[in-house]
Amino acid sequence: MASASVAHEPLVLGIETSCDETGIGIVRGRTLLSNTIASSMDEHARYGGVVPEVAARAHLEALQPAITAALAEADVSLDDLDAVAVTSGPGLAGALMVGVGAAKALAVSLDKPLYAVNHLVGHIAADILTGDEVEYPTVALLVSGGHTSLLLVRDLVSDVELLGETMDDAAGEAFDKIARILGLPYPGGPEIDKAAATGDPTAIRFPRGMSRASDMAEHRYDFSFSGLKTAVARWVEQREAAGEPVSVPDVAASFREAVVDVLVTKALDACARHDVPRLLLGGGVIANRRLREVALERAAAAGVAVRIPPLSLCTDNGAMIAALAAELIRGGRPASTLAFGADSTLPVTEIQVAPSSDAPQAVGLP
Amino acid sequence: MILGIDTSLGTAVAVTDADGAVLAEAASADPLGHAELIGSLLQTVLTDAAHGPVGQTAAPQPVALTAVAAGMGPGPFTGLRVGIAAARTFALGRGIPVLPVASHDAAALAVLLADPFADVPRFAVVTDARRREFAYSVYDGVDDDGLPIRSVGPALAKRDELDDVLAELGAARRDVTAIPAAMVALVAARAQAAGRTAELDEPLYLRAPDVTPPAGPKKVGS
Ligand SMILES: [Zn+2]
Repeated sequence: MASASVAHEPLVLGIETSCDETGIGIVRGRTLLSNTIASSMDEHARYGGVVPEVAARAHLEALQPAITAALAEADVSLDDLDAVAVTSGPGLAGALMVGVGAAKALAVSLDKPLYAVNHLVGHIAADILTGDEVEYPTVALLVSGGHTSLLLVRDLVSDVELLGETMDDAAGEAFDKIARILGLPYPGGPEIDKAAATGDPTAIRFPRGMSRASDMAEHRYDFSFSGLKTAVARWVEQREAAGEPVSVPDVAASFREAVVDVLVTKALDACARHDVPRLLLGGGVIANRRLREVALERAAAAGVAVRIPPLSLCTDNGAMIAALAAELIRGGRPASTLAFGADSTLPVTEIQVAPSSDAPQAVGLP
Repeated sequence: MILGIDTSLGTAVAVTDADGAVLAEAASADPLGHAELIGSLLQTVLTDAAHGPVGQTAAPQPVALTAVAAGMGPGPFTGLRVGIAAARTFALGRGIPVLPVASHDAAALAVLLADPFADVPRFAVVTDARRREFAYSVYDGVDDDGLPIRSVGPALAKRDELDDVLAELGAARRDVTAIPAAMVALVAARAQAAGRTAELDEPLYLRAPDVTPPAGPKKVGS
């Protein structure tokens, strides 16, 4: 009897189109069967950042092939599915709508329940697919080209609190913009990392946004990277105007240090203040080696355990969306109604969108 | 039976038989809200089609669809994509093909079928393309397969230049504010019956993505 729910783990297909990755994931409960991603990143390279219309067009073209590839990899058929899941927000509206339209039609076509979920909470759910026992509460730091959020997760499906987020650029965006200033290609993250490898992170003391005593009262856990961007640009301009050489490695390393410092400082501050000895990292910027390094180092000193899912689950993907839906199903939550849209500013407290008021559906459960 | 979907203007779905007889249809004229509406409209037509005509007392019969006809535009991109994405995944779910249709062709067929005995002279289907432009396609009756003959377009014209463009083409202007999904299905059915493979599988955007590559780093001053 005890293993009944394990024997009937729900098979869920997740669709994620909130930014520039078309992600189709298939999970059986907490087991990852496929994490198929088609990225339009290359198409954005010449623009130096994600162009929403280009991303939305790419989603439409990539969706069907990605679903077919995911099914083949997972070795399941659409009829086998217990539910379809989709990102309702936050993200780029036009991009989200492609996924929402596709997911609704797929669910109606198959006559399967549909779970509309929150992208940010999906990032947290990705951790479940690592196969390790996941403990709550945890603080989660989600950093990507689209978001920079600090969350307190007491329960994945019912209690996620936003502690703070960026007031302007996302951290990943800041990397892209600084890369441009330094004449490095897009995406900026890996390029800055590469350039910084031989640089001195203490060469230039760039400002740490939202970290002054006056900011801390109201924005203790919020981030700001626009001031940092301006500071870097000004520093480079002044050197160039004075005819002095600009050490790209030093600027890259010092800039990266400023970003990493403020991210890790605020995340560990949140752990301390909420007495939570766990920190989960997620989002594409986690690929940044220095960020992982500093986070692990300082967390160890603070007695905080750090969890970092594999990078393929940190970047935007459909598996995390499917995993979150599987957890909702496990928790006996009813499916979403069909009456939801794309919500580009969906608050993190809305873990599932438009849950129906019906009695819980017995999807995959006896 | 064919499921027609079009979101090039409002949101429209319909189930028809191969001859174009409408079994069920549902539509919203809202020029936004495609993503919100598409799921429930699909569910509505499937349920209605399963129940058969009003007054039928037999148990509902699930609809055996053979294809999904997708209106490919032109139309405002964000909404247009919702319908095409829906058509593609719906078809995938049922293991049936997608038959792409130029949305203006469906509107044109509606004009041409309104009075089957009339000899409709050359006309242009005109739809709003936003940004002070119209999208238009010019038609010259129907061909032997019962499909509208599109001789020009779809193309874009500036709002205040459209009438001159159409005068030059000798086409009467027909402003269209809704694409009937049943006509999308019928165009697809007729094309399929005639063995004509669809020539378009990409949306009719008619515009390149609205972006300009960044011109070097911007000066912030000092
Ligand atoms: Zn993300």
